[in-house]
Amino acid sequence: MARFIFQRTLTMLLMLFLLSLVVFLVLELPPGDFAERYVHDLRQSGAQVTAEQVQLYRHMLGLDRPWYLRYLNWMSGILTRFDFGWSLTYRMPVTQVIGDRLVFTVLLSVVTIALSYIIAIPLGIFSAMRQYSIGDYTFTVLGYLGMATPAFLFALILLYISVIYFNTSAGGIFSVEFQNQPWSWAKLVDFLKHMWMPVVVLGTSGAASTIRTMRATMLDEKNQLYVTVARAKGVPERKLIWKYPVRAALNPVVSTIGWELATIVSGSPITATVLSLPDIGPMFLKALLNQDIYLSGTILLIYSALTIIGTFLSDILLAVLDPRIRLTGGTQ
Amino acid sequence: MRRTLLPRLKIGSRAKGLSPETSKEAYYTATQFQLMWWKFQRHRMAIIGSVVLAIFVFIMIFCEFLAPYGPQSRNSDYIFGKPQKLHFFDEGGKFQGLFVYGVETAFDRETMQLVPTEDRDVLHKIKFFRRGEPYKLWGIIRTDLHLFVVEDGFVHLFGTDNLGRDVFSRTLYGTRTSLSIGFIGVMISFVVGLFMGGVSGFFGGFLDNLIQRLIEFIRSIPTLPLWMSLAAALPKEWSPLRVYFTVTIILGFITWTTLARRVRGKLISMREEDFVFAARIAGSSDLRIIIRHMLPAFLSYIIVDLTVSFPAMILGETTLSFIGLGLREPVVSWGVLLQASQNVKAIEQHPWLFIPAAFVIVSVLAFSLVGDGMRDAADPYSH
Repeated sequence: MARFIFQRTLTMLLMLFLLSLVVFLVLELPPGDFAERYVHDLRQSGAQVTAEQVQLYRHMLGLDRPWYLRYLNWMSGILTRFDFGWSLTYRMPVTQVIGDRLVFTVLLSVVTIALSYIIAIPLGIFSAMRQYSIGDYTFTVLGYLGMATPAFLFALILLYISVIYFNTSAGGIFSVEFQNQPWSWAKLVDFLKHMWMPVVVLGTSGAASTIRTMRATMLDEKNQLYVTVARAKGVPERKLIWKYPVRAALNPVVSTIGWELATIVSGSPITATVLSLPDIGPMFLKALLNQDIYLSGTILLIYSALTIIGTFLSDILLAVLDPRIRLTGGTQ
Repeated sequence: MRRTLLPRLKIGSRAKGLSPETSKEAYYTATQFQLMWWKFQRHRMAIIGSVVLAIFVFIMIFCEFLAPYGPQSRNSDYIFGKPQKLHFFDEGGKFQGLFVYGVETAFDRETMQLVPTEDRDVLHKIKFFRRGEPYKLWGIIRTDLHLFVVEDGFVHLFGTDNLGRDVFSRTLYGTRTSLSIGFIGVMISFVVGLFMGGVSGFFGGFLDNLIQRLIEFIRSIPTLPLWMSLAAALPKEWSPLRVYFTVTIILGFITWTTLARRVRGKLISMREEDFVFAARIAGSSDLRIIIRHMLPAFLSYIIVDLTVSFPAMILGETTLSFIGLGLREPVVSWGVLLQASQNVKAIEQHPWLFIPAAFVIVSVLAFSLVGDGMRDAADPYSH
């Protein structure tokens, strides 16, 4: 087991390193750089900028050095000083720009995952135990719909419904009147009123697939002999279900929690943009468009790192829960 | 193909609509695809999905004919116009055939604006298979035949947008763009996946290792943020057509990994099969063994994988275009159309601009249902 974890950790670190390189290269792809865009904006507003000044500006930002030097510089900053570079549009260190937003992003993802599991697992069990009932069909149809609706459309539809029927303000996480208020009970209520929407939007497709997996594995397990034996011994039906097939069926669902996290995190930029949430999604989009490469690079790196760490966690969980994977993984 | 079928027979299953005696015989002599077809037919939702898909494909092929107007034609008399309702009976309850009421522009004294209102005295009958706006079918055949037009006045079933363009026609044109991106993207991922998986599974060794690590790496990159970064890298001055193809390639080049893994797995497991061994003894070349003997045995799995990856392409394109990183005007796609309803205010004021969303959801739903049905049908062990 220790060896398996060690191997997986090494692979993860290697992946992270390669990813950082790819991230940097992808962001280097667009022709032109921040200096050019900045000067273009200056000229638009009527300022006279000479070619030397552009060059000087570029040199000041360090954009005139070859890409591998800048990459090495960036990486050594991250590794030695936890310095992710300088955001060119905000004129602040990237860590400062992202700070709060990153906390919000991670919190939102974790809450979403927790809620989607709490809701989806019982529904999956219900669907399997009452196969072909009206409830089962309802959840199946809802599940399909949840998977077929792209997140941004779902967000827009929910926003529309909430504005038309519940008369709440659209998007954001606070109503206008609470924007700059200190925390209070009323503000918390207002906050919760806004937060259900991103949680629902981000959680639905994951919950839909969890219901389906849970249902499928439960259907396989509930007719196994050990369940019949337990029933023959006279174990009460409710206890029987929770104790035997559910526990076996939980394995594939629980162990994929890391992948679920990765999916939610990487799907969030669009939802966050549509709902104008204060997370890193809208900032990522803006940084991409402005070629603010240290900012967009850091965010892309965070998204990738969360994905890789999520996958890593799932691999470990799978190995812990299922000895077969542990064994084959160790001999490879 | 017959050889691979033998161990997969299940005694006692009955083909649909045949008596037990003949069905048993039919079952044993059926080809693999016949067996799958019978199984697929039992999947009611998948059948519905296929019908819906057929309609979408029909729209995709004949959108110029089905749309009453071109995607860029403007109607300056009806800007941000509401969808016109179709009627059969006029005010007096008299049957008139299919028609829409005319529109007159009234001056609203309160808002001091020109407001289009329904004019119940004017009927515009909908005429089928008539001449209307000229166009070129598939960019080649010059004609002006439309499925339906109104002779004077106008018909906008889904309303009009900020420039007075017909949303119905634009949605049909958008169907062509969005689905074709899906098709081309799936083709790219098919070719790349087949090649990489084939090389990986057939040669093994160092190449296999390299390709597998590459696949693992690509799969560990978060898809949407990567798509966003790549799409943002496209120069603004590129022509819409070039952007269209590049976006397609971006979408296709990331989804090939599933297929490559499937192909590799199948090739490796099949290398040891008796029928491959027999073919080798009979003197077949490697290429012949792969194409003639192995490929037919797992073709169904490939088709299933491709169908399942289709929705991801459509959603990818729609999402990218929606946030302004994908396709741009004058190209019309579902994502481009939905840009008009970026926020709730826009949807509140002009809810009909949101209609293309229904097309996105229905098409993705149909593809998922068909994909599920095909997956069940292609798996010989599923019940």
